[in-house]
Amino acid sequence: MIIRVQSDLFDVGAELNAFAQGRQDVGAVVSFTGVVRDTRGDLQEMQIEHYPGMTEAAIAAIAQDAVTRWDLADALVIHRYGALKPGAPIMMVATAAAHRVAAFEAADFLMDYLKSRAPFWKKEITAGNATWVAAKDADEDALKRW
Amino acid sequence: MNVMYFAWVRERIGVPQEQIETQAATVAELVQELIAREERYAAAFADVSALRVALDQELSEFDAPLAGVREVAFFPPMTGG
Repeated sequence: MIIRVQSDLFDVGAELNAFAQGRQDVGAVVSFTGVVRDTRGDLQEMQIEHYPGMTEAAIAAIAQDAVTRWDLADALVIHRYGALKPGAPIMMVATAAAHRVAAFEAADFLMDYLKSRAPFWKKEITAGNATWVAAKDADEDALKRW
Repeated sequence: MNVMYFAWVRERIGVPQEQIETQAATVAELVQELIAREERYAAAFADVSALRVALDQELSEFDAPLAGVREVAFFPPMTGG
């Protein structure tokens, strides 16, 4: 498993290539990238706060669950913090498995759990406002399907 | 113990973390002690159903005991991903 929590920009393509490279035991690699979205056309930046220490431990526990449950060959999670501009990647996950169903499901599971159980908080900064993004009931409900 | 605050909880209380001497037996008792201290704590803890708590970096509950706990963190529901 590869778990990274960082402020620096990362190259999604390079990370995915490195993750997928040299594997002969997997038939499927799935990835997801989360991007800073400017919903109303006025977003200056997204500030992401996290809880150093707990963040890494929580992500590792979630990723280990995914690896065990779907018998993954490997899993990757990169999540950024700090001030991010619209269009910038926030985070990515990648999963490698023998078959695609396991790789897709495990990636979906990772995303649902990272959203509600990894200690990150997002704040949207516009010219006139700074607003904490509220968690949605739907995000919590999404955990129940696993 | 070390008490930490994140996101709008941190903003309302005004500090990211502080050392607190307490005899509180549970998280809920600690919250009541803090609320009684100053208005900024009362503002942050006005609705604990909107908050989450971690004990030694693991998600926990407000009725959890504090015996042996070194670090308590209060924060709103997480918005990762």
